[in-house]
Amino acid sequence: MKTRSYLALEGISVTFPTRKGPFTALGQVDLSIEKGEFVALIGHSGCGKSTLLNVISGLTKASRGVVFLDNEVIDRPGPDRAVIFQDHSLLPWLTVEENVRLAVDQTLKGSRAERRDWVRHNLELVHMTHALAKRPGELSGGMKQRVGIARAIAMSPRVLLMDEPFGALDALTRASLQDAVMEIQAQLRNTVVMITHDVDEAVLLADRVVMMTNGPAATIGEDLRVALPRPRNRIDVAETHDYIHARAEVLHFLHQRFSNPVDRAA
Amino acid sequence: MLSTANAVANIHSTPETADNEESGTVIALPPAAAVARPPEEQPVRRLPRILQAASDAAAAILPTMVVLGLLLAVWQFACVAPGSALPSPSRIWTESHDVIMHPLKGVTFHGLVPSVEDGDVGIAVHILTSLRRVAIGFGLAALGGIALGVLIGQSRLAYRALDPLFQVLRTVPPLAWLPISLAVFQQAQPSTIFLIFIAAIWPVILNTAAGVQAIPPTYRNVGKVLALNPLQYFTKIMLPATVPHMFTGLRIGVGMSWLAIVAAEMVQGGTGIGFFIWDSYNSSLLTDTIVALVWIGLVGFALDRIVGWIGRRIAHQA
Repeated sequence: MKTRSYLALEGISVTFPTRKGPFTALGQVDLSIEKGEFVALIGHSGCGKSTLLNVISGLTKASRGVVFLDNEVIDRPGPDRAVIFQDHSLLPWLTVEENVRLAVDQTLKGSRAERRDWVRHNLELVHMTHALAKRPGELSGGMKQRVGIARAIAMSPRVLLMDEPFGALDALTRASLQDAVMEIQAQLRNTVVMITHDVDEAVLLADRVVMMTNGPAATIGEDLRVALPRPRNRIDVAETHDYIHARAEVLHFLHQRFSNPVDRAA
Repeated sequence: MLSTANAVANIHSTPETADNEESGTVIALPPAAAVARPPEEQPVRRLPRILQAASDAAAAILPTMVVLGLLLAVWQFACVAPGSALPSPSRIWTESHDVIMHPLKGVTFHGLVPSVEDGDVGIAVHILTSLRRVAIGFGLAALGGIALGVLIGQSRLAYRALDPLFQVLRTVPPLAWLPISLAVFQQAQPSTIFLIFIAAIWPVILNTAAGVQAIPPTYRNVGKVLALNPLQYFTKIMLPATVPHMFTGLRIGVGMSWLAIVAAEMVQGGTGIGFFIWDSYNSSLLTDTIVALVWIGLVGFALDRIVGWIGRRIAHQA
């Protein structure tokens, strides 16, 4: 038996039936991710990034190919692959604490007190303990996403999946959440797959930036290792050669080799 | 963001350092807490709370009262002639004085336990009889309607199979079911309850189904990622997400059942507010009929508000 990476996607293709016949969103994606690695998936809208993430989470079934996690085949969603959704998708009728609690009750077997402490501990990591009894409707977008992050990491997932987690936030809030994610990642060393549109976000947060070609039948175009030392500070790092180089490489890929299909059509 | 924080810190440290280093007069800045206090913490001069509530209530009720007074005046003026077919408000007051003032006629209290005599009873007793029937019929319709609504909201196959059926059946007027109902149940009591049930269930089914179908896909995905079992998904996600729709259906349903009970009792006779109307019409006591109409309207209004209130309470808690 050959040795597989911790998270291994082998020959994944996804075809959706549509009115105009089958549409191939992903064609033949192979991706290997090591334990503790932070991978950013970047590409233009509609290139199948979300589909790929959904295949890993199990929310979408691959038409062909297999996903292995720790040598087990993934075929359905489960709490070992926690998702941070773009729209945070907290349940509006539950308080902050209850939202995280729902996830903890599904994943942690232990006494009531233990589970409660674990909920609080994770909300502390995202600095949201001041809002335990608030409902999502009373929170700003950034705070909601902090709770969304707490809910996901509280599940102690084997893989943490982020679907454009900060896409709906303003630039300043986004920066502070990116810092929060880096801080948490430094402690927990999760295996993370994050979708993003933002070149700086990808280079700042990730160990690897995986660039996807335009659909249909999108696949991986380039796989760039970001060798910046951690902890990374957004201001210091921005002037280093490695950062500037990585950024330029991703920009070149997105805007020259695989420019936005909408722009080309126009 | 970091630079903003630094700037704030600088401002705060300025007065102290200035005080120490310079001997000249320094105008101290107000302490940070005083500057940062949000405006809502400062007390606002207002009317005493009870007076405020009373004036709010008056402002809400007054326009209705004025319109009501005007209507009564016009009615009185139009129907004051002795031969008028429609009795005037003052004639209703004198002729139906007994019905208006003694709604609990025929009820005797032994301590707190009421017992109802047979025969001639007050209008409130008829209303209570009708309400008891509504409680049973509507209760059954609520349970059955929510169950069927969840079924067709959740399953595409069930929706395709049942929705056309429901769409046709819901247009059948409740009274049209009466002959069938009587034939099947052979008795008055169960067939009136069936009538209420059949009148109330359609809006409950259709609104619940619409609510289930409107659950945002991301909530479903949360349920899948958390691997909730079907029962957990139902109680933790589907039910709370559907409550507002559900109660829209229940509110329409309770209104429908109140319409149906009055009609059913008119046809069927015996007891209840519908029977009271029919009876007073047959006895040419038109003024009693009008009093009953007012009662029906007020009770129907109250039912609607109660169901709406429960719905809001649950939606807040859920």
